[in-house]
Amino acid sequence: MPETNSKATVGATGAPVDYASFPDQRGRFGDYGGRYVAETLMGPIEELTAAYEKYRHDPGFIEEFESDLRDYVGRPTALYHAKRLSELYGAEIWLKREDLNHTGAHKINNALGQALLAKRMGKTRIIAETGAGQHGVATATVAARLGIECVVYMGADDIQRQAPNVFRMRLLGAKVVPVDSGTRTLKDALNEAMRDWVTNVDDTFYIIGTVAGPHPYPMMVRDFQSVIGREARAQMLEKTGELPDQVVACVGGGSNAIGIFHAFLADESVELHGSEAGGDGIETGRHAAPLTAGRPGVLHGNRTYLMEDENGQIIGTHSISAGLDYPGVGPEHSWLKDIGRVQYAAITDDEAMAAFHDMMRCEGIIPAIESAHAVAHARQLAEARGGQRILVNLSGRGDKDINTVAKLEGIEL
Amino acid sequence: MSETTKQPTSRLATLFERLKGENRAALIPYITAGDPAPRATVELMHAMVEGGADAIEIGVPFSDPMADGPVIQAAHERALKSGLGLRGVIELVAEFRQRDAETPVVLMGYQNPIEAMGVAAFVDKAASAGVDGVLTVDLPPEEADELSAAMGERGMAPIFLLAPTTSAGRTREVASKGSGFVYYVSLKGVTGAANLDTDALAAQVEGIREACALPVGVGFGIRDAETAGQVGRVADAVIVGSAIVRLIHEQTTAAGGMNAQVLETVRGFLAELRSAVETARQ
Repeated sequence: MPETNSKATVGATGAPVDYASFPDQRGRFGDYGGRYVAETLMGPIEELTAAYEKYRHDPGFIEEFESDLRDYVGRPTALYHAKRLSELYGAEIWLKREDLNHTGAHKINNALGQALLAKRMGKTRIIAETGAGQHGVATATVAARLGIECVVYMGADDIQRQAPNVFRMRLLGAKVVPVDSGTRTLKDALNEAMRDWVTNVDDTFYIIGTVAGPHPYPMMVRDFQSVIGREARAQMLEKTGELPDQVVACVGGGSNAIGIFHAFLADESVELHGSEAGGDGIETGRHAAPLTAGRPGVLHGNRTYLMEDENGQIIGTHSISAGLDYPGVGPEHSWLKDIGRVQYAAITDDEAMAAFHDMMRCEGIIPAIESAHAVAHARQLAEARGGQRILVNLSGRGDKDINTVAKLEGIEL
Repeated sequence: MSETTKQPTSRLATLFERLKGENRAALIPYITAGDPAPRATVELMHAMVEGGADAIEIGVPFSDPMADGPVIQAAHERALKSGLGLRGVIELVAEFRQRDAETPVVLMGYQNPIEAMGVAAFVDKAASAGVDGVLTVDLPPEEADELSAAMGERGMAPIFLLAPTTSAGRTREVASKGSGFVYYVSLKGVTGAANLDTDALAAQVEGIREACALPVGVGFGIRDAETAGQVGRVADAVIVGSAIVRLIHEQTTAAGGMNAQVLETVRGFLAELRSAVETARQ
């Protein structure tokens, strides 16, 4: 993959940080990341690592990935100056339009990259986990295009609240398997996908949808998503002649955020802000904001910030947005928080929904409720400081969410 | 390890040394602590020893048991409903030790509850309670240095998994970093999977012995006396998990809870397994 802009800069600790040198050989971002998996998965993970190391700098692989991003996904996506929203919020707001990608979100960038790798590894079956269904749809889409069997694990509760995406996956030929264990949401779907992988390692490739999991997933998914920030940085310079003051992105597992942040990490003048799901409010305990209110632990193959109880049990999360409803976060975010390069804040359900409506009425854009968290966060930053140039990653479109919005407003569709 | 901190010869080492003389494999049953209820766990441990268990593996309930199949996952969920955590499991082992000073006890669980307690505090409490070894499922040897070192100082064995997909190089690493025994997961997949190929298993165990001097325990896919005997022919320990967890669940569900009859059934099942293991090499 093309290297991210990575000139040495100075982190909060005062030591120079070369962001592109992370993770290290063991998959570590500082204290975070690693490979916390059962021995049964070490073989397949080593096989995947070797394949990714072989192809990530392979000109033929890069060329196929980039031409598919252009001709199939529709990249580069637009950078759009949201003028009426800017006026409303009192800042200069620019939107990176990942909602314009094929399948309606940034998820396709990564699903495509991993599927091309699966094809080169000779795998004949693809599995994935999904929360909101966007990663499941993206995976089902690339599997259909490559003619590969596809199985998507999805929490039984998420299947209820994301019915249109479930139907979409089935139309694309994927098998959607409901997961009834645990909290019946994304984390349990991930557990079940891991169990499938360990049972079917010979022919199966597991496409993880976010920058979490055992090494090399956090690195590989970041690499595939970092096209977002490379494009956005060049587009900002082209359209405004300057870098943004602030970049804002929502963080569930954190793939769209890492994707847009990475190109800006070495730009010391650019503040980076991640928007976690504050749910009903941090003080209620009903949220999904591990960076804001959790602590480091080990889950799903990596060390990272988690939501857990005093016994180390992972606790149930709440967010109006299924895509952010996850008790962990990518390990690189945990590191970026600790070194102070990115600030993370929790945005409540209500704040996100207000921003959802603002975006629709001012700009005629239906944002995914996930992305609406970043829009709401931009509003808070604008109110706190005013007049800034803020780049918001509009990570997906919200057509999938209209049932949720209608239900909130007591409307029967 | 210095002489001052060294524990008396470990129960696991003593066990495998003795069984070498008897020319048979160890029988190691697994139960999830707190299933069906915390107060049943110690009774079940004693009943299993009476039935013929040589050592016991105790599962520490975790919210996300990624490497376990449906039977043991469900046991974890039942145990968590009672609120049992790692501290409580260690207390149950201490209670077991009041009546049984001989039988080795190995904890099997996931890393996050250990981190939440703190590695040093966990090792101290577990060693004091009489835990002999710890198998942390999601802690492969490359991530285990801190925990293994702390356990070594208190004479507890870090026990690691080996899988059909483990390379010879990794087997050597496990051999050098583990102690007590190695746990060979004889099938691809999660706990409770079926279809054991015993001929292939014999060859795999021989392969492990070439790279690893520790006793080789085999688990996954052992569901009855017949399969226990087949595995006991080639392995140093026969580990039975899902079959026992399923039996306990079926029996306690039918009886409306733990009672003497259920304990007798568990004792009887262990006796069948033990008999198969004893005659396996004759």
